Amino acid sequence: MTTFAELLLNGISIGSVYALIALGFVVIFRATEVVNFAHASLLLAGGYVTAVLHDDIGFWLALLAGIGGAAAVGAGVEFLVMRRYRGSNHSVLAIVTIGVDILLTTELTRRIGTDVLALGDPWGDSVLTVAGVSVAHTRIAAFVAAGLLITAFLLAFRLTSWGVAMRAAAENSETAALMGVRLGRVSLGAWAVAGGLAAVAALFLTVFPTPGLERSTSLAAMKAFPAAILGGLDSTTGALVGGFLVGITESLATGYQGDLTFLGRGIGDLAPYLVMVAVLLVRPAGLFGTKELARV
Amino acid sequence: MAGAALEIRDLSAGYGPVRALRHVSLTLPEGSVVAVLGSNGAGKSTLLRAISRTLSFHGGAVTGGTVAFDGRPLTGLTPDRVVAAGLCQVPEGRQVFARMTVADNLRAGALGATGNRAAQAAALRRVHELFPVLAERAGQRAGLLSGGEQQMLAVGRALMAGPKLLLLDEPSLGLAPLMAQRIAETVTEINAQGTAVLLVEQNAAIALRLASHAYVLDVGEVVLSGPADELAASDEVRRRYLGVVDEDAAADASEAVAAHRTLSVWEGK
Repeated sequence: MTTFAELLLNGISIGSVYALIALGFVVIFRATEVVNFAHASLLLAGGYVTAVLHDDIGFWLALLAGIGGAAAVGAGVEFLVMRRYRGSNHSVLAIVTIGVDILLTTELTRRIGTDVLALGDPWGDSVLTVAGVSVAHTRIAAFVAAGLLITAFLLAFRLTSWGVAMRAAAENSETAALMGVRLGRVSLGAWAVAGGLAAVAALFLTVFPTPGLERSTSLAAMKAFPAAILGGLDSTTGALVGGFLVGITESLATGYQGDLTFLGRGIGDLAPYLVMVAVLLVRPAGLFGTKELARV
Repeated sequence: MAGAALEIRDLSAGYGPVRALRHVSLTLPEGSVVAVLGSNGAGKSTLLRAISRTLSFHGGAVTGGTVAFDGRPLTGLTPDRVVAAGLCQVPEGRQVFARMTVADNLRAGALGATGNRAAQAAALRRVHELFPVLAERAGQRAGLLSGGEQQMLAVGRALMAGPKLLLLDEPSLGLAPLMAQRIAETVTEINAQGTAVLLVEQNAAIALRLASHAYVLDVGEVVLSGPADELAASDEVRRRYLGVVDEDAAADASEAVAAHRTLSVWEGK
């Protein structure tokens, strides 16, 4: 029972991190209808900036710089690359993001090399034990930080003019333009926000018990793809639910790996995708996605 | 609040190789209501897209001519600049943001407004006065409104930007005759408050009653233009757009009666 509780708590915590990543993914998709395959490289960029700077300027400033850096990279990608393709087919744009991802990831992995970079977080490997259930401080911090950011984001999305512009553009970009919404700004903002969220996620993907930021961190970030897709690509609620679902599944599958040996090793990495396939078989538009409706 | 004049000269536009507008010229005097009539595919919506600069969403472009508002050229601006210049369009088919609440739809309309908070509050009051139902349904999703209410919302949303010129694309399309009538009355009211209106309509009866001047578009060209009452009396317009064939019946059917009859005729389309 203790094991189960620990695994569940860890799953919820890592799930909240996946939810952060998936949220950025969904924001870009809603604002521009582009599936952003470059998301993992934004995350890597944010983590890299934090890792490089934390020795000189301290962790918190470095984290801010990482968030700002990833937001700037996101905005830069939108401004320098995506904007040139505006009006192109959305699948063309998705493929452009794959190209951007390859470029960014190649450069970042070249810089990181074989190192494992610490991000200098203040939580270290301390563990909180309550009633026999142990949870790492980093996991609690991840959950709290992700929860705060997600709440702030959703409030902004619902209440601010920025959120109204974003939702209007997502629903019908031409009409939004007729209302005076600057679509370029909306899309720039979406990319920057997604970058910033990814940088925070990068921190919590690389803290204890993970060794640190390494070239394979972007692979871990990839698990947010099934989270976003199974939640329904255009739904913020879906991103949250999907994130938690993937996190918990992964945590439980990894934890009970010993009992699942007939499936071979590494089932934990596979579980998110299995959940995604299972969900999509039943609900092709994802749990909360808008169904494609064709007017007859 | 005085309306300002729209001046379109020699405007041509097209979608790739397809030419949708040819040398269209149109003048909208200050504070007036001008109607553009024409059947499907005549280029009416293209004309509004060319004014609002949204042709690119449909793969189209302006290929020649100028559009000026208040003496300032609009050609080459982005859609948000056109809104900032004081023109706001109610697109065809209403296009309310169905997943957003009525209140948020109105907020979206104010995004392009140049005025301060007080001006926006005043705009919201004006919209709620014109359409009390929008105040009642503020928290409801726009997609759940009836067609007529959605049209009111679309008009209200455009008014939130505080436009000097309102561009209306087929406001009566798909509405029951009574609702079309109410929308028509509202257009008169909006105009009386000082906002000029460019009304694009297939329903010529309504349009000619509201407008002081009218232009008839056919296959992208202006084929007829003049004061609305003269056009309403012209045989050509009566036959083609008012659905009146019989001369005697036409005489009887003038004014409001004509409007109601032709409404029912056009309702079937």
